[in-house]
Amino acid sequence: MASSMIGSRVERTEDKKFITGKGRYTADITLHGQTYAFFIRSPHARAKIKKVDISKALAAPGVVTILTGQDIIKDKIGGLIAGWKIVSKDGTDMKLPAHPPLAHDQVNYVGDHVAVVIAESLEEARNAAELVNVDYKVLTAVVNTASAMTSEAIYEGIDKNLCFDWELGDKAKTEEAFAKADRIVHLKLNNNRLVPNAMEPRASIGEYNSSTDDLTLYTTSQNPHLTRLVISAFNGVHPEHKFRVVAPDVGGGFGSKIYPYAEDVVIAYAAKKIGRPVKWVCERTDSFLSDCHGRDHVTEAELAVRKDGIVTGLRVNTIANLGGYGSLFATVTPTYLYAPLIVGLYNIPAAYCNVKAVFTNTAPVDAYRGAGRPEATYLIERIMDQAANEMGMDRAEFRKKNFITAFPHQQCLVHNIDSGDYHAHFNKALELADYKGFAKRKADSAAKGKLRGIGFSTYIEACGIAPSSVVMSIGAGVGLWESAEVRFNATGNISVFTGAHSHGQGHATTFAQIVADKLGVPMANIDLVHGDTDKGPFGMGTYGSRSLAVGGSAISKACDKIIDKGKRVAAHMLESTPDEIDFKDGEFIVRNSNKKKTIGEIAFACYLPGTYGEIKSPLPAGVEPGLKETAFYDPINFSFPSGSHVCEVEIDQDTGVTKVVKYSCVDDFGTLINPMIVEGQVHGGLAQGIGQALYENAYYDETGQLVTASYMDYAMPRADHFPEFKIEYTCTPATSNPLGVKGCGEAGAIASPPAVMNAVIDAIGTDISMPATSEKVWQALRTKVKSAKKAA
Amino acid sequence: MKSVTLEVNGKKVTKTIEDHLLLSSFIREQLNLTGTHVGCDTSQCGACVVHVDGKSVKSCTLLAADIDGSAVTTIEGLSTNGELHPMQAAFKKHHGLQCGFCTPGMIMSSVDLLNNNKNPSDAEIREWLEGNICRCTGYQNIVAAVKEAAQNS
Repeated sequence: MASSMIGSRVERTEDKKFITGKGRYTADITLHGQTYAFFIRSPHARAKIKKVDISKALAAPGVVTILTGQDIIKDKIGGLIAGWKIVSKDGTDMKLPAHPPLAHDQVNYVGDHVAVVIAESLEEARNAAELVNVDYKVLTAVVNTASAMTSEAIYEGIDKNLCFDWELGDKAKTEEAFAKADRIVHLKLNNNRLVPNAMEPRASIGEYNSSTDDLTLYTTSQNPHLTRLVISAFNGVHPEHKFRVVAPDVGGGFGSKIYPYAEDVVIAYAAKKIGRPVKWVCERTDSFLSDCHGRDHVTEAELAVRKDGIVTGLRVNTIANLGGYGSLFATVTPTYLYAPLIVGLYNIPAAYCNVKAVFTNTAPVDAYRGAGRPEATYLIERIMDQAANEMGMDRAEFRKKNFITAFPHQQCLVHNIDSGDYHAHFNKALELADYKGFAKRKADSAAKGKLRGIGFSTYIEACGIAPSSVVMSIGAGVGLWESAEVRFNATGNISVFTGAHSHGQGHATTFAQIVADKLGVPMANIDLVHGDTDKGPFGMGTYGSRSLAVGGSAISKACDKIIDKGKRVAAHMLESTPDEIDFKDGEFIVRNSNKKKTIGEIAFACYLPGTYGEIKSPLPAGVEPGLKETAFYDPINFSFPSGSHVCEVEIDQDTGVTKVVKYSCVDDFGTLINPMIVEGQVHGGLAQGIGQALYENAYYDETGQLVTASYMDYAMPRADHFPEFKIEYTCTPATSNPLGVKGCGEAGAIASPPAVMNAVIDAIGTDISMPATSEKVWQALRTKVKSAKKAA
Repeated sequence: MKSVTLEVNGKKVTKTIEDHLLLSSFIREQLNLTGTHVGCDTSQCGACVVHVDGKSVKSCTLLAADIDGSAVTTIEGLSTNGELHPMQAAFKKHHGLQCGFCTPGMIMSSVDLLNNNKNPSDAEIREWLEGNICRCTGYQNIVAAVKEAAQNS
């Protein structure tokens, strides 16, 4: 049984509760005596708060209390933090505005938090909120990413709205490459702003017991331990040891639930203040307004190419929009998660990237599925296409010419890539996509009056974040290791505690597969516990495709410790020595003998060390009773998944409607533990990436109103937007973790936008920005026809 | 306020409710059947789909008081005697769910599809599910699950 668990398509153990309606999400929790919170949000993108008058509202039926920014000041509740310090190229630290959980003097985006009404019912809270009179002095909003630096400064002391002006790479060497280049390819790109849109809206419930001083926060978090740490250490709401954060079933995150939000802080604080449970559930439009958004880059890139098609340099200038405040991972996303990967999986000897991060009066921007890596991949894959087209070379061949081929490979920027075989997945993808048959398919489409295009995208991502020593040396406020505890119970079954958090990824299954494989215990006897700071050890949560590479490795390490102790106990019981004991398929066997003990017997012996009837369970001298091991795993390097994706689109020339008609991808995620779950992760990533390319766009008007603040206005990808995706794999195991895994959660969202856009541009023969909506495609085609007529 | 009697998952319930109470709120808050989820405010996402008199509806688009006397089936009422409905089993087998939030609505909607069309094509499944948004799965395994359930029903 044991060795077959790795790579096995095991059906998910967590599914039954979800398909029978027995999941328990935060909004499903009702506590005795709970009150209801409703947040009053700024209707203006930028305004001074002159006065908040709550007197009428306080007298409204059912109102328990109303808290404003003044209460936050009075009770010394700290502000929200940006957890990663970026240093500008001139040596100065990044500049951040204060981010109080309830604003007191200024609001900085539509949806910013002004006050919270707490009442006996939600309806009463909502009605009372209507009576709160906030007197604003409306100021001119700064909305546009590209012009933020030349707009009025939003914050005193932050010139040009600039958080930092950061650089990476050898500028002089890159200039030299460009000076010698046969051709310089230019490209301007927008990476459109997206709303993560986990289907479960955010929610929080605070509960305080004044007699024990225990504060509990139930919240929709990907990262409950970090939420507890931040709300304790920085917001100062409650000491960490008396504060429990529970993230029960969480309905998707995609990055938007990695960190505590203002509402989490306020709900925890309010529950403690009023001594009653306080429940808040976000409405979808408020989610659009106040969940952190993703992407939003404006980039100019240049590629230096030799006439034989070898790329010799890449120069990039990016403006990244941070929104109204610096969110927790906001500053690392457009820097260290982005710039090191602008060279993609190509052997480019010189590269330089400058990133200017700006504040605007829009919702904060933070990590969203891929976080920096989709932006990097979009840039390099678009400019590689542009270069091949300008030079009249086949786009596939041009890529192949420039692939990294030897490993380990030290990039010119940051990463030392341990393993990969890029030709292998690219060739396999071309075959899977039937690239050879494309010309015929294009002709068939043309016969129907439709345009057909094909686009390639290759990618590499650095995930499994990350080695703590590395990330802390470049500004991370915390180490990014992961924890695990593997706890045998006396009856031989196992509770596994992880600091990672599952909100769709299927950890209960995948992690149990690892334990079943390592310890030879049936899956049914293994239970995974996560999402509760009172249960497992401190952990760093789930994001950056890190759960398996880092959290899974911690579990593997804890299992190794269990086996190690088991050998010592078994040796004693079997009158042998530990180095004479082999462990295989759940049994400790004295080498070259038939003497053995099962791991269940060893667990029993560890918990009942003595004589119990016929059973004699002697522990060796100096060995403690119990069988439970904890491991903290800190990887030695990032992991580097890579892959090749091929997209075909068909475009109706009369309407501009663009359909992805064929999508093929071959990914190298290293070792696969559960290929079924991996496929699901790829599918979901592709849908989000294709969504970015063709449909989704968070659009603010010039006054800073979010025009796309509901599912009526923001185009969420639906089932009929997609063809059946074809997915295959290659495998070069990661060398940076004991499982050989690389991470798969973000790949689809990273690879697909350029694959789709390169296909669209191939079809219409002209540049177009994301999202390539039918209207934009139709306009582009019309413009092309007009200019062709003019030229004629 | 109005007295309303419904048959919910085979059991008769009578409650006095506000005239404007949404069926989704009635199910979640008055009956504590929290398997029916609310994912938006605009009747777009489909997480709240239930069956009313055998037909799938978004329960956030109905007032509970308006369907007095109707029979309602929620996700909790789909399995019988502890046996998963073929659609539930197929979602599990084909990994048609990840975070599980859209799943109850997705399953209830898919069951109604098969009530209307015993052997739908991929395109028909995708078109039918256009009113149910899933952010996790990319829909592919959901389509596979519905096809399997069609074969097993």
